Amino acid sequence: MDNRRIKTGASVTTRRVIAYIVLVLITFLCLFWFYILFVNATRSHSDMSRGFTLIPGGNALANWDSLMHSSQPVLLGMRNSLIISLSAAVLTTYFSTMTAYAIHAYEFKIRNAMFTFILAVMMIPTQVVALGFIRLMGKMNLMDTYIPLIIPAIAAPATFFYMKQYMESTLPMALLEAARIDGSGEFRTFNSIVLPLMKPAIAVQAIFAFVANWNNYFTPALVLTTDKKKTLPILIAQLRSADFLKFDMGQVYMMIAFSIFPVILVYLILSKHIVGGVAVGAVKG
Amino acid sequence: MKKKIVSIMLTAAMTATLLAGCGQAAAPAAEAPAAEAPATEEAAPADEAPAAEEEAAPADEAPAAEEEAAPADDTAAAADEGSVLNIQCWNEEFKSRVTDHYPGYEKVDDTTGKIGDVTVKWTITPTEGNAYQNHLDDILPTNAEAAADDKVDIFLVEADYALKYINADPAVAMSMDDLGITDADIADQYQYTKDIVTDANGALRGLSWQACSAGLIYNRDVAKEVLGTEEPDEVQEFVKDWDTFTKTAEDLKKAGYYVESSVNDSYRVYSNNVSKPWVDGTTIQIDPNIEKWVEDSKALVDAKETNTFELWGDDWNKGFYPEGKVFAYFGPAWLINFCMAADTEGSIANAGRWGLCVGPQSFYWGGTWICGAVGTDNPSLVKDIMLTMTTDKAVLKEIVEKDSDCVNSPSLLAELAADTSFGSEILGGQNPYQQLADGAEKVDMSNISDYDQGCNESFQTAMKDYFEGKVDYDKAVENFYTAVGEKYPELSH
Amino acid sequence: MEGASKKRGSSNVVKYNKWGYIFLLPFIIVYGTFQLIPFVSTIYYSFFENYRSGLKQIGPNFIGLENYHSLLSNADIWKYTENTFVMWILGFIPQIVISLLLAAWFSDPSLRLKGQRFFKTVIYLPNLIMAAAFAMLFFTLFADSGPINAMLTSSGILAEPYKFLANTGSARALVGFMNFLMWFGNTTILLLAGMMGIDISLYEAAEVDGATAGEIFWRITMPLLRPIFVFVLITSLIGGLQMFDVPQILTNGKGAPDRTTMTLIMFLNNHLFSKNYGMSGALSVILLIITGILSFAVYKFTTNQENYG
Repeated sequence: MDNRRIKTGASVTTRRVIAYIVLVLITFLCLFWFYILFVNATRSHSDMSRGFTLIPGGNALANWDSLMHSSQPVLLGMRNSLIISLSAAVLTTYFSTMTAYAIHAYEFKIRNAMFTFILAVMMIPTQVVALGFIRLMGKMNLMDTYIPLIIPAIAAPATFFYMKQYMESTLPMALLEAARIDGSGEFRTFNSIVLPLMKPAIAVQAIFAFVANWNNYFTPALVLTTDKKKTLPILIAQLRSADFLKFDMGQVYMMIAFSIFPVILVYLILSKHIVGGVAVGAVKG
Repeated sequence: MKKKIVSIMLTAAMTATLLAGCGQAAAPAAEAPAAEAPATEEAAPADEAPAAEEEAAPADEAPAAEEEAAPADDTAAAADEGSVLNIQCWNEEFKSRVTDHYPGYEKVDDTTGKIGDVTVKWTITPTEGNAYQNHLDDILPTNAEAAADDKVDIFLVEADYALKYINADPAVAMSMDDLGITDADIADQYQYTKDIVTDANGALRGLSWQACSAGLIYNRDVAKEVLGTEEPDEVQEFVKDWDTFTKTAEDLKKAGYYVESSVNDSYRVYSNNVSKPWVDGTTIQIDPNIEKWVEDSKALVDAKETNTFELWGDDWNKGFYPEGKVFAYFGPAWLINFCMAADTEGSIANAGRWGLCVGPQSFYWGGTWICGAVGTDNPSLVKDIMLTMTTDKAVLKEIVEKDSDCVNSPSLLAELAADTSFGSEILGGQNPYQQLADGAEKVDMSNISDYDQGCNESFQTAMKDYFEGKVDYDKAVENFYTAVGEKYPELSH
Repeated sequence: MEGASKKRGSSNVVKYNKWGYIFLLPFIIVYGTFQLIPFVSTIYYSFFENYRSGLKQIGPNFIGLENYHSLLSNADIWKYTENTFVMWILGFIPQIVISLLLAAWFSDPSLRLKGQRFFKTVIYLPNLIMAAAFAMLFFTLFADSGPINAMLTSSGILAEPYKFLANTGSARALVGFMNFLMWFGNTTILLLAGMMGIDISLYEAAEVDGATAGEIFWRITMPLLRPIFVFVLITSLIGGLQMFDVPQILTNGKGAPDRTTMTLIMFLNNHLFSKNYGMSGALSVILLIITGILSFAVYKFTTNQENYG
């Protein structure tokens, strides 16, 4: 609605000013949380019981030190989280694109049925199958391994749906016909022609998958029991259920801050493909 | 069709079911993995026979079968026992106690240790999202069939849900009889710590090294200003029962103070002093003392003499500082020692201006219980750890000195109380052990039920809406029944 | 399409189209193994009384539609459906408005916004914070004696602190706000990625023809963005119906006050406490049906519109 009003009367300058004001406000809303996380990570546990403040405390090094010397394998946790999240992100994007390509590019008997089926299963709430899934993993002897956390990523209905929608608007069938005429095998066509074209969509879904896996607590907490295999969210939960002798919110916040950095890094790397893509378009004009 | 689905599902689970079946035949009391065993029953009635047998068999049979495997001698780690001792817990507390105080424990790394030739493996599952209990629920019922090195030997529980594991049928926690621990071994322990882990048939199935008896922790400055005294015995007169407590609250309000930080502070005190358990058979009942908490609390909240904060939140904490204007908290020694910001300049604890008295009724808060898991292949080591950690006075004394736990030994607490040279800085030099020992003696936990965790949580949540004036009492009670019904489908009201 | 491929000769088509099956295979195998078995058992158990009392397994006893009956005959489930919708709308409306606005601005060449890269990067950042950590910060900010209340009282707007989480309106608004903050960047990124496929020369041509920004947005951006927009709508709807972690953490799983922030999945989660596979299975099936109907409606509606556009 706002938009309509803006377009009819306002000059470019006015619109630009409004856009900047809104963007600055939104930026503030987005970054504010990181600032208070940072502030809290620099305060001591009992200092925080005094209440909230916007001024950083002087306890950052002490919190860092106590985190590094706590019995939680923090660095291992980060490695484990990286392994799981990266593998899951790669698998989920590659195979979802492949599944989407199968539905998009080929015509076979069960194509429509399959499409409907995948859309339908997308609606199954994850909580519903969670406990049954854990029981199944127990029976398959996969508890305390990374397989239940990585392999199921291959079948991600929502990612598939996005890829399918994206292909609809950006993947011309003519291109594939041309590849066939050139004698390219189907598998090669997929890997060398389709995948590169899907780059922005893959980047988007890779980020989402990475973040979702990075922050996932419920399933890993039930699957992983060996300390050395645990991921960061489990370690954070363990810090939070520490006994009163060891309970230290400063440490918890430091851990949360620490665990956010790799995600930001991965995000910044991948977001180039999305943000950069648009920028390239702009330069062209 | 139904059978077809069953068989499809069973195919996936075939191996496990078969194994479970074998286990069942060999040891009648060891139940097959809960979920699929009944499914088998559904498909093939023939399987019902072992189940019936199970019901007929007395609950004690499982440990009895175990005992045959266990050697009779009392030495710590018998040579023919398992080489791995698995301990299930949710944080590092017990691990650090064993590491620091159990004779002969050598730390290997953060989650393993050695006692003689036995490797000790700690498995920590956080409590968040009920993960710890879900984990126990998964592994304990089938513990007897697990591979030797994977068998759980010790697991820890908290009072709120202890009975879920203590009363489990078939048993998952070994009774003292089966472990070979006699009444005489544990005579010097508070009765309430035993009540919490005693099953419906009177068998004790766990031990604790802590007696977290608690009292009323009051702000000495406020006491002096409003009540005219800061001496524990004299302050006690102003809070000796609930009616006096509410009257004192009025005086405190006039002077600008809250009597307690939140109504949830006193909940524990009322709920520890009930005359009947939350559940009778399968019927939920609300005890008069719980109703009294509602009545008293509603009056306090309406008069703005206290608040409805959740414990541990930023609002609840405020009273740790003079600006918070809170007269008292209800809590045990660990709350005083570790949670009241004693190391922060400006806090009441830092200035040593708290005092401790018994309060309107005796209660306890916290504590960790050690249980020996049915199916353990290290029963004599389990026994030794339980006894050493909870009855060895030298160890307990070390724990008091190093970790400030209020330990589960009346005789040791009496010694500490008699020690006039001891005084807590946070409590302005007061020796709290007399009050704590008195309190622990009076705590009576014989009225706990399997459902306490869910009932207590749901009740406090539901009543908060009533205190805040969002719903009337009847609606709040109805919400409570709804919440409990979701958690425990078998209950009615 | 079909006609065209038939003309090409059936042997060729078969040769290519078997690849459809091959490419589908990984999905089918993995889904079948890891998700379908637990899900089918969920549906199956919804016809049974099947839960745990303590450690003891009750059932499964076949009780037909009893679980469905007791769920549907109780007014609670409709109340939770309403809660879920209200909170979803509270978060979704600002989310879609802001996302479209940002997408329009970013794609509008006449605006020539500086620092686009920075803004595009920043919007997604809140999603990187774990919901649990986010909620901890919210508790701190919106506590009765927290900074928000301190600001409101000291500036004279409020006489005494407002209990944000003890009042239905504000508790729901907070849930909506948190959902909005966590997900609007996500939506914007999806839309942005979709916009990449749009040829920039279309905009320039439109500009030369004297089209206003609004016309460009509604006539060029939106129609071309439609497949992605449909995706956003449907996944938001599904995500909304499955709303769980934010209200769960913000209200400690209690749906306070008076169960007015209790969502359907929180309700389901309560049943999982006693591993009540019967009840939660029935609830999932109901949820699945509701979601299916709504998604189908949205899908049909948006795809039909395409024909007019």
